[in-house]
Amino acid sequence: MSTAVPAPPAVELSQASIARRETLGQLARSKTFITGAIIIAFWVFCAIFGTKIAPHDPLDQSFPQLLGLSRTYPFGTDQLGRDVFSRVLAGAHDILIIAPLATLLGIVGGTIIGLVTGYFRGVVDDVVSRVVDAVLALPLIVIAVTVLVGLGHSTLTVIVVIGLVFTPIVSRTVRAAVLAERQLDYVAASKLLGERAPYVMFVEILPNVMAPIVVEATVRLGYAIFAVAGLTFLGFGVQPPSPDWALQIADNYTLLNAGTYWWTVLFPALAIISLVVAVNLVADGLARVLSR
Amino acid sequence: MTLFVLSILVFAASQLLPGDIGRNVLGPFASSHDVQALNHELGVDRPIYVQYGDWIWRLAHANLGMSLEYKVPVASLLGPSLINSLKLATVAFLLVVPLSIIGGVFAALRRGHLPDRVITLTGLSLTAVPEFISAIMLILIFGLLLNWLPVTAASPPESDVITQVKYLLLPGMALVMVLFGYIARMARAGTIEALDSDYTRTAYLKGLDTRTVISRHVLRNSLLPTIAVIATQMGYLIGGLVVIEKLFNYNGIGQRIYTAALNKDFTMLQSGVLVVGLVYLTATLIADVLYSLLNPRIRYAAAE
Amino acid sequence: MTEPAPTLEIRNLDVVYRVRGRDRKILREVSLTISRGETYGLVGESGCGKSTAALAVVGYLASNGRITAGSIRVAGQDVVGLSGGALRHLRANDVSMVYQNPGEALNPSIRIGDQVAEVFRIRGAERPQALEQAEKALARVQIADPGSVLGRYPHQLSGGMQQRVVIAMALAKDPALLILDEPTTSLDATVEAEVLDLIQQLRSEFHTSVLFITHNLGVIAKMCERVGVLYAGRLVEEGPVKTILNDPRHPYTVGLLRCVPRGGTRKDRGRLDTIPGFLPSIDQELRACVFADRCGLAQEVCRTDEPPLYRITADHASRCHFHEQAQELPRATPEELGQPLAVDRSGTPLLQVDDLTKVFEQQGRHIHALEGVSAALWPGETLGLVGESGSGKTTFARALLGLVAPSRGTVQLDGRSLPPRLSLRTQQDVRVLQIVFQNPDSALNRRHTVRRILRRSLKKLASIAGGALEARLLKLASSVRLAERYLTARPKQLSGGLKQRVAIARAFAGEPRLVVCDEPTSALDVSVQAAILNLLVELQAQRRVAYIFISHDLGVVRYISDRIAVLYLGRLMELGPAAVVFDGPHHPYTEALLSAVPTIDGGGRARIKLAGEIPSAAAPPSGCVFHTRCHRNLGEICENEEPPLVEVEDSHLMRCHIPIEELRKLQRKGSTAMAPPTPSPPTSAAPLPASSS
Repeated sequence: MSTAVPAPPAVELSQASIARRETLGQLARSKTFITGAIIIAFWVFCAIFGTKIAPHDPLDQSFPQLLGLSRTYPFGTDQLGRDVFSRVLAGAHDILIIAPLATLLGIVGGTIIGLVTGYFRGVVDDVVSRVVDAVLALPLIVIAVTVLVGLGHSTLTVIVVIGLVFTPIVSRTVRAAVLAERQLDYVAASKLLGERAPYVMFVEILPNVMAPIVVEATVRLGYAIFAVAGLTFLGFGVQPPSPDWALQIADNYTLLNAGTYWWTVLFPALAIISLVVAVNLVADGLARVLSR
Repeated sequence: MTLFVLSILVFAASQLLPGDIGRNVLGPFASSHDVQALNHELGVDRPIYVQYGDWIWRLAHANLGMSLEYKVPVASLLGPSLINSLKLATVAFLLVVPLSIIGGVFAALRRGHLPDRVITLTGLSLTAVPEFISAIMLILIFGLLLNWLPVTAASPPESDVITQVKYLLLPGMALVMVLFGYIARMARAGTIEALDSDYTRTAYLKGLDTRTVISRHVLRNSLLPTIAVIATQMGYLIGGLVVIEKLFNYNGIGQRIYTAALNKDFTMLQSGVLVVGLVYLTATLIADVLYSLLNPRIRYAAAE
Repeated sequence: MTEPAPTLEIRNLDVVYRVRGRDRKILREVSLTISRGETYGLVGESGCGKSTAALAVVGYLASNGRITAGSIRVAGQDVVGLSGGALRHLRANDVSMVYQNPGEALNPSIRIGDQVAEVFRIRGAERPQALEQAEKALARVQIADPGSVLGRYPHQLSGGMQQRVVIAMALAKDPALLILDEPTTSLDATVEAEVLDLIQQLRSEFHTSVLFITHNLGVIAKMCERVGVLYAGRLVEEGPVKTILNDPRHPYTVGLLRCVPRGGTRKDRGRLDTIPGFLPSIDQELRACVFADRCGLAQEVCRTDEPPLYRITADHASRCHFHEQAQELPRATPEELGQPLAVDRSGTPLLQVDDLTKVFEQQGRHIHALEGVSAALWPGETLGLVGESGSGKTTFARALLGLVAPSRGTVQLDGRSLPPRLSLRTQQDVRVLQIVFQNPDSALNRRHTVRRILRRSLKKLASIAGGALEARLLKLASSVRLAERYLTARPKQLSGGLKQRVAIARAFAGEPRLVVCDEPTSALDVSVQAAILNLLVELQAQRRVAYIFISHDLGVVRYISDRIAVLYLGRLMELGPAAVVFDGPHHPYTEALLSAVPTIDGGGRARIKLAGEIPSAAAPPSGCVFHTRCHRNLGEICENEEPPLVEVEDSHLMRCHIPIEELRKLQRKGSTAMAPPTPSPPTSAAPLPASSS
C-alpha cells in the first residue's frame, strides 16, 4: 500500500446519515452517472408519454412508404408507411417493462439463493453451485430460445426466462460477497447475541453486500435490455405491431442489402445504443462510488 | 466432470419442457391419432427416465438422432455448421484477445488519465450494445458508407483463406465489440492490482526500470485472472453467434439452433444446445489447465 | 565513497499528500542524520509519518505525495528530484528497503532464485553467475540448503524464511543504507527474535547504516543506537536510545513510555497511564506545538508558539518549551486501584474445560488445532492464553463459545455441561459467555450505527425492550466511557479505541460472567491499548467477570492475568499463576518465548534460540510436540513419549520430562550467567549436565 495516507482519527459526527449523503453527493458529482441517469430519465418519460408527444400515431400505416428524411417525417417512414420518428419515441415502452422486471426477478432470486448458499455452505451450496455452472455453460440467448419455443412466447415468459437465467449468475456474485462477510467477526458476534440465521443473513449481512448487489443490478439491467433486444430481433421477444426498436430493426434490416433506406434501421439502433450505454454509465458511476 | 453430467441433466430438463412434442410439431389441427403415432415414433410417450437413458446411450455412441425437420442425421447437418461457427469465432477471438489485453493494460498504466477513461468508457459502451446493433452499425459504416467489406459472412464457395477471412471480418468485428470491454476491464483490474502490490514496489526499489518491472513482475500476475475470463466469454461468443449468424445469413451452429427452434425440430435443437454447452465446457477446461500451468501456487499445491 | 559524509542526511523535509484537492502535511521540517554504520530508530504511533519518511528517501512516494521543502542526501548525494536513471542507480546500489509483509514483498509467480539474482543482473551479471551469487546471498542470511530454496516459489516458504530472503535481496548489493520498515511486526515472537538477531549480526558484518522504523519500543531498545520520536509528522525528540528510554524530555515520549506495561507491572498494583485525546487530523492546520492538545503540561505559549529544537546535551534534543519538566507530566489516568481483586478458588469453578479437542479436516488432512486441553476458571479471574500462531488459542476460545463444535471434550458452566454448539445453547448460557475480538473493524457491523448495535445487544442479552431501553443504553455507554455523541456514528467514523469500546459494551450488555478477550489491543496503538486495558480491569473489579485473555504481547498478558496458560501446537504446555510462569522455573518453550521478546528495559534474559520452524498442526511431531525445537531436548524419551501434564508444584502444571528441580537449576544458571545471545541449539541428544551452581 504505497498510497497509504494516514487515516484521520475519530471524526466526530452528529449525523448518522452522513455516510449515505456522502455517497449521493459523490454520485451527483460523477459525470458518467449523471449523463446516464438523464438519458434513462428521458427514455422513461418517452415510454410513458411517447404516444402522446409523438407527431403521428406510431402504428398508423397510412403514410407513404420508405420516404427519406423530411420536415413532416424527421426520420423518414418505413416499408409499411409508418413514421419512424414517432415509432422511435414510442419504442421504449415494452423493453422498459420487460427488462427491469426480469432484472428484479433475477436480483431478488439471486440474492436469496446467494445469501443462503454463502451463509450455510455445505451440501445445498455444492448442489446449487453445480447447477449454476451448468446454466453458465449455455448462452442466455440459446436457453431463452429453447425455452420460449417449448412454452410458447408471451411477455411474461420472456420476463421469467431472463429472470431465471439471471438468478444463478446473481447468486454467484452475492455468494462470493457473503463468503467474505461471514468470515468477519461481527457475524460471530451476532450469533453470540443468540440471533437466528435469518436475522444474521438479512439484517446483519445483507446491508453489507448491498453495494455489489446494486452494481450487479445495473449491470444485469444492461444485459436484460441486450437480451430482450436480441430475442425480439430473432422474433422471440416483443411481438408486432409494437413500435419496439429491435422489432423495427428486424422488420427493416433486410432492406439494407440494397444500400438504401438506412434511416429505417439507424434511428432505432441509435435509440437502443443510447439506452444501454446510459444504463452502463450509471452502473459504472455506481460501482466507482460504492467500491470505495 | 460432474459438471458434464449435470449439464446433461439440464439438457434433459429442457428436452422435457415442451409438453406434447407431437402436438407441437404437427400443430393444433392434426388429429390426436396422428399426434400419438408421431409421439410413439419419436419415443416420447415412454417414461422420462427411459427417454433420458436412451438419449445418453445414443450420445455415448455419437448418435445425435435424426432431424425431425430434414429427416437426415442431425450430425451431418451440425458438423459443417459447427466448423463454420468455429471459423467465425476464431476470427473474433484472434482479434479480441490481443486488442483487449493491450487496451486493458494500457488503461491501467495510465490510470485516472484520459486514455484510461476513454478505453474504459468505450469498452463499457461497446459491451452493452446488443451485437446485432453493433453489426448493423458496422454494416452501415464499412459495408455501405465506405464500401470496404462484404456485408454477408458466407464467402463464395472454394474461396481461399484470405477471402474467407475478409468475409468474416465484419461479423467478427461485431463480436469483438461485445467482448472487448469485458476482457479489457479484467485486464485493467488485474494490472492495477499488481501495480499496487508490495512486490512491484520491491522490483522498483531494486532499481529496475519501468519496462522491466511491467514485463517481468506485473504482467505475469495481472493476466492470470484475465485468462479465466476469456474462457467464460467463449460462452457469450457462441451465444452471440445465434444473432450474428442470422443477421449475416451465415450457416453456423447459431443459425441451425435458430431455425431448429423456429421449425420445432427438437432433436436438432437439443443436439445444437448440447454442442454449444460442450464447446463452452471445453473452453473453460482449457482455461483451467492454462491457469494452473501459469500459476505456481496451484501447480505446486497439487503436487504437495 | 571515502568522503566522511553521513550515510543519510535529511534536512527540514516537508512532505505533503494531496487529498481531495488539498495538500495535507505529512512530514514537517524533519531533520535527521545517520552516520556510517549507525542504526537509527524512528518510532511513533500509526499515522505519524514514519513510512512516508522512508519512502521519501527511496523516491517512492505515492503519486499524490510530494516533497515541498528540504533535502535528502544519501552518502552525500542529493536524492530529491533525481532523474529516472540516477534514481534507479541509487536504488540499485546505495539504498535498500525491507517492509512489513514478506509474503507480499516477493513476487508470487517468480522463483526465489530469479528474484534474488535480479539484484545482481541489474548490476551486469549474467544469469548463471547471478544465480550463484544469489545462492551465496541466501547462505549469508542463514538459510539452510540455499540451493534448493533458489528453485522454490515464495508461497512454499514460511514467513520467517520469506523475510530472510527479502533481507538477503536487500543486502545483496551491499547498500550504504538499509531501511527496515516494521520488518518483524507480522512475525511470531520466536521468529521475530531470530530475524532481529540476524539483522544485528549482518549489520556488523556489512557496516551498513540502518534506518529502523517501528512502533515497538522494545525492538528499538534492542536494535538501535540512536532514536527519533515522530509525532504528527514532526520529530519531537531525538537522542541516544538509552537516554530517550530512561531520561525522555518530551511529554509525548514520557507518556508513550508510561503506557506500556513493563517490568512486571500488574493490574493489582495500579492502572496504566494513558495519553488523552487523539492524533490531530491531517486536515488540521498546526501552527504551534503539535502535541499541545494532548499535553498535561501545555501552557498558553504551547498553543501559540512553535517550540524550537532545544538541545539538552550534545546529542539529545527535544521540541518542547518545557523539556526540563517533561518527566513531571501529570498522570492522565489516576493510579488509584479499583476494589480488591482477590479470586476465591474454593467453590465450583465458573468454567471447567475437560479434554477439549478440535480436529479440522482440510483437503483430506487432519489438522489438530486443539488436543486435550483441560482448565478451570473461577469468577473474577483472568486466565492469560499465550502461544504463537497455530498454537490453538483462538480455536480454544471459539470452542468455549460454541462457535466451533469441539471434536471431543466438554465445557461446563457452574458444573453443568454446555451443549457443544451455540445454536443448541439457551439464551441464558449465550449471555454469560461473551467475546471481544481483536479487530473492531471486523467485529462491528459497518452498516449499523453504534446505537443500533448496542440496542440490539441489550434487547437480546438483557431482554430489555421499550422505554427502559434508552436509559440502559446510556448507562451501558457510560460504563465503557463512550460519550453519548458517538451513539449516532457508524463504526467507520470512530477511531480504533472507540470502536473497541463499542465492542466491549456489546459484550457487557447482559451481565456476562466470562468474556474472552482475543487480542483486544493488538490492533491498537500503545496509548490506546493502555486505556482499553484499564477499562477491562475496571469492569472486572466492578462486576467480578472472568476473562480469558489471549495475547502475543507478554507484557500485556502479565499485566492483566492472574494465571497463565501456555499453548503449543494445540497442547497445554504449562499452566500456573502469572508470577510463577514468568519468573520460572518454566517450561522450556515458555522459557524460549520469554527470552524472545525484546523489552524496553533490555537484557535480563539470555536469548534462547529455537531450532527450526513451528511444525505443521497437520503432522505434529511424535513424543513431546516441542522436542523438534527444544533446546533442552533429552533425546529418546522426548522424541517417543509425550510427557503428561502434571502438577509440578502448588497449582503449577507443566508438560515436560525434565523434573522441575532440574529446570530450576538450569534456568537459574542461564539467567545469571548473562550468556551471549547465541547458545546454539543442541541437536544431538546430549545428557543434561548435572552441574550444581
